[in-house]
Amino acid sequence: MTQVALAAVAAPSAGPGRRSRNRLKGAGWLTYAMLGLTAFVFLLPFYYMIVVGSRTMAEINQTPPPLTPGGNLWTNIRAALEQQNIGKAIVNSLLVSGSVTLCTVLFCTLSGFAFAKLRFRGRNALFALAIGTMLIPPSLGVVPLYKIMADLGLAGSLWSVILPTICTAFGVFFMRQYLHQALPDELLEAARVDGATTTRTFWSIVLPIARPGMAVLAMLTFMASWNDFFWPIIALNSSNPTVQVALYNLGGGYVPDQSIILAGTLVGTLPVIVVFVLLGRQIVGGIIAGAVKG
Amino acid sequence: MSVFTGDSARGAARRSTVPVASPVPDPSVDAETDAGADAGRGGAGWPDDDHQSGEGGWRKREIRLRLLRWEARFAPYAYVAPFFVVFAAFGIFPLGYTAYLSLHDYRLGSEMTWIGWGNYEWLFGNPKFYNALWKTFTLGALSTIPQLLIALGLAHLLNYRLRARNFFRVSMLMPYATSVAASTLVFSQVFGRDNGFVNWLLSLVNIDAIDWRNGNWLAQIAISAIVMWRWTGYNALIYLAGMQSIPMELYESAAIDGAGKWKQFIHITLPGLRPTILFTIVVSTIGASQLFGEPLLFDFGNPRGGAVSQYQTIGLFMYEQGWFYFQLGKAAAVAWVMFVLILGLVLINVGLTRWRTRESR
Repeated sequence: MTQVALAAVAAPSAGPGRRSRNRLKGAGWLTYAMLGLTAFVFLLPFYYMIVVGSRTMAEINQTPPPLTPGGNLWTNIRAALEQQNIGKAIVNSLLVSGSVTLCTVLFCTLSGFAFAKLRFRGRNALFALAIGTMLIPPSLGVVPLYKIMADLGLAGSLWSVILPTICTAFGVFFMRQYLHQALPDELLEAARVDGATTTRTFWSIVLPIARPGMAVLAMLTFMASWNDFFWPIIALNSSNPTVQVALYNLGGGYVPDQSIILAGTLVGTLPVIVVFVLLGRQIVGGIIAGAVKG
Repeated sequence: MSVFTGDSARGAARRSTVPVASPVPDPSVDAETDAGADAGRGGAGWPDDDHQSGEGGWRKREIRLRLLRWEARFAPYAYVAPFFVVFAAFGIFPLGYTAYLSLHDYRLGSEMTWIGWGNYEWLFGNPKFYNALWKTFTLGALSTIPQLLIALGLAHLLNYRLRARNFFRVSMLMPYATSVAASTLVFSQVFGRDNGFVNWLLSLVNIDAIDWRNGNWLAQIAISAIVMWRWTGYNALIYLAGMQSIPMELYESAAIDGAGKWKQFIHITLPGLRPTILFTIVVSTIGASQLFGEPLLFDFGNPRGGAVSQYQTIGLFMYEQGWFYFQLGKAAAVAWVMFVLILGLVLINVGLTRWRTRESR
């Protein structure tokens, strides 16, 4: 859903990083109260994760249930790490999400540049095809994909989750929209007059200009890849899991202790939360820039 | 707009007898692909060539021009190739193969046997399939409709000039950054029967503990709550983006005409947002039709979707056939029915969009 969600039928009307003065005035206390309540509801589960994850099972079962964190966090995390190989899962997820992000950003910037600024036969048809593929949910091909990976001897290996996602239609679309606005034709003209080849132009002129867009795409891709669930739980097994597979096994296996499950969940979610706290503004800006507008 | 056709590249090369200062500092060091290196030498070489006379210089120049032209013609295809290779190998080929598999009796590790429409006959005669279809629909409606309405309201609030604007925005997007697995595990605890947070809140107003997991509608409401928690803030930001592209003057003149905030929302914001709203409906519909992880983990990883399959979605049904009973042929048939359904939904949505747009003209 993430991949599809940002794609747009219409072009965004302004580039990322735009500052809009276009805002309604007169936010009263009611506005703040409602927004504050919503933010509270949205953030509460994270807090609750910490509360339950840092208590013992006996404490959780008390009435009323505890509402503040306890002192059992490290014990629970250690127990969770023993139950499922979460340490290995985090390394695996870093490998998968890192390589997927690198490939996606590079390939999507290349094709985004081609679709935005180069003229070649069949360009519009190919672009329409690329956009059309976003409507095909990836989960539909899992049965043969599983067979293909088994035939290739890749079943259970990280390659089976990396390969299918190294270039996404959403990324192509996103970079195309970005470069279409951010890359002035005059620069390309100048490079051409200098006798630079297309490839040289790409490395020397397009890449430096594309960098902010690439950063946003990288964050979105990393998040989507880190959180990918459906295909990894089919393709991977518990001996070589990504974080989501480990969490699935943690919640699906016979672990009656909720505090251990949520301590493990906390560990598996922490990397994304850290990224988000540090770069949340940029991610928000990227999503707003990539959305469909009127 | 487009500069690099083969012919213009050649023309450019002809014209560039005088070296033009590069508008950007020359970072040719950071990337020395074959073509890049060629280009580097070619670019630097031009002026010198012009001082050369005689056959050799001209021939060299001709070859270089041809290379340049050739490169300019084929580079775009090379650039877009990775996407289409990946899509062909892991998108369209598996989809076609799914159709082929769906006509076979196929268990993992054993031979395929052709059985024609057998899997589809089994599917359309199976009450569990209709149950899954219906649950996908009810869960989709329960999670999508309130979600988009709340998102619209939130976007409206976020569109005011606010203090702590970024705090509100980021906190609304935090659930979106959380994985399906993580959020479902947390909400499993929140909706627990004996020690859950929600039941504790209800006990404060003297409502007895609710067995969320074993109810029919109750379980569906709990699952919808997870979906809504993850996606409402995201959709609110999408709507906010749409709202910010509505010209401020419209609101100002409406205010002068005496229209209150509610009227402004109904008569200016909503019509301006129509493409965005229709788009989010399409996307949410596709997302809802594939609901999988939440009901799977809400039942502790069991694909039956509750004790009496009261929240088994079509995606879970497919997973159950393929990876629980190892009936991959049947799972493939389910996947194709899903595909046709989604295609139908998208076409209806697109048709609706066209129809609405034509109507508004």
